[in-house]
Amino acid sequence: MDILIAIAILGGLGLVFGLVLAAASKVFYVETDPRLDQLNACLPGANCGGCGFAGCGAYAEAVLKGEAPVGKCASGGNECAQAMAAIMGVQAEAVTRKVAMVRCSGARTFDAEGNLTKGAKMKANYEGFHDCLAASKVGGSGPLSCKYGCLGYGSCTRVCKYGAISVKNGVAVVDEDLCVGCMACAQVCPRKVITAVEPDRNVVIACNSLAKGAVTNRACTIGCIGCGKCMKTCPKGAITITNNLAQIDYTKCDNCGQCASVCPKGLIKDSKVEKLGEPKPVITPAQ
Amino acid sequence: MEAIIGIILSALLSQNFILVKFYGICPFMGVSKKIDTAVGMGMAVTFVMALASAACYLINLLLVALGLEYMQTVAFILVIAALVQVVEMFLKKFVPALYKALGVFLPLITTNCAVLGVVLVNVQAGYNFLLSVVNGAAGGLGFTLAIVLFASVRERVDKTDCPECFKGFPIALIAAGLLALAFMGFSGLKIF
Repeated sequence: MDILIAIAILGGLGLVFGLVLAAASKVFYVETDPRLDQLNACLPGANCGGCGFAGCGAYAEAVLKGEAPVGKCASGGNECAQAMAAIMGVQAEAVTRKVAMVRCSGARTFDAEGNLTKGAKMKANYEGFHDCLAASKVGGSGPLSCKYGCLGYGSCTRVCKYGAISVKNGVAVVDEDLCVGCMACAQVCPRKVITAVEPDRNVVIACNSLAKGAVTNRACTIGCIGCGKCMKTCPKGAITITNNLAQIDYTKCDNCGQCASVCPKGLIKDSKVEKLGEPKPVITPAQ
Repeated sequence: MEAIIGIILSALLSQNFILVKFYGICPFMGVSKKIDTAVGMGMAVTFVMALASAACYLINLLLVALGLEYMQTVAFILVIAALVQVVEMFLKKFVPALYKALGVFLPLITTNCAVLGVVLVNVQAGYNFLLSVVNGAAGGLGFTLAIVLFASVRERVDKTDCPECFKGFPIALIAAGLLALAFMGFSGLKIF
């Protein structure tokens, strides 16, 4: 008899709770826009944060409220932008694919005796947290002689959700095929050495040093000294030297690659010749 | 009044649910990678523990009246699971800000043993309604204290260069053990 009472009471409790939950789901029902689910379905769902929102869900909500434009998702690219535009009934501008690029050529190579033959020099041996921000706080401006270059402690590597960035010879290198251009790496980099470039138009200046030529020369064998050869060579006048660093205006650049062939340091990378990140053979100026 | 202060101090320190009683280790290990998520989880647990203590006290009255004390565990699981679901829906509708802060954590707590543990402790210790709720809330704050401390340890440990075989979970378990050892220091604490 006791067992029957127990069953009845617990069964009854369960039934009551079930009914309460069923009622609550009706009473507390929150209307959601059906477009929200559609928008979420368009997005890659990687929550990389490249759009500037907390995740794909937050971005979809912002688009729905009209607070954000479609096509901010670098990872989804053009396809995603068009699909979202179709849902929202707006026109999407074409989204060009961009990838991250580490503007530093200071990858270190050593000879048989362990002497530095090429790359950025170290002024100290850093043994602390394996983290770029931590390293950059030590000894004024970090263990690297160059105040602007890649520290190579891989903070960007850890933040990349696509496994597209790795540290080789002390400098981070982006794998363009894996990179979706979310730029999470750029946000975490204390040196701000990572920028977005269009992979099809990447005659790029792979140096970030704003120091004077002599200072840059002392810190690194492959640093932009602002000599201006590229500026003079460029037929379109797309290159300017500001703060001892060459910069390309991509609205003028036609990707001819002449600047890359005259750079005495070989730090202008031309995508037609090589993939980004792989060291280019140093070109000796014609005699 | 003395009883209330005694319960609060013991739930926070000497009888800390995680580090002394070892309840709720699952969220303790799982949601302690970052301090802000740990704070969110701690707040959600505190909220649910206080509510569950109140609800289960009332259900327990019913069970005692019918002589069904041996069904406490089953009944409490039922109550907690249903309660968390209702609370989640309620928050979603009426307090969206709180739902955003606690929302993702609430379903995790549905079957959390720390929540079940606190209501069973309430029953075993024979606390009245007020003391049950106080014990629930203080137990939740103790949980928050432990998980936030642990998350801050973990954030730093994750950055250190520890041996490959200890990376990630193993070193976190060792850190948790050391933290529990430190809390053993409170065990002799005599309150009133």
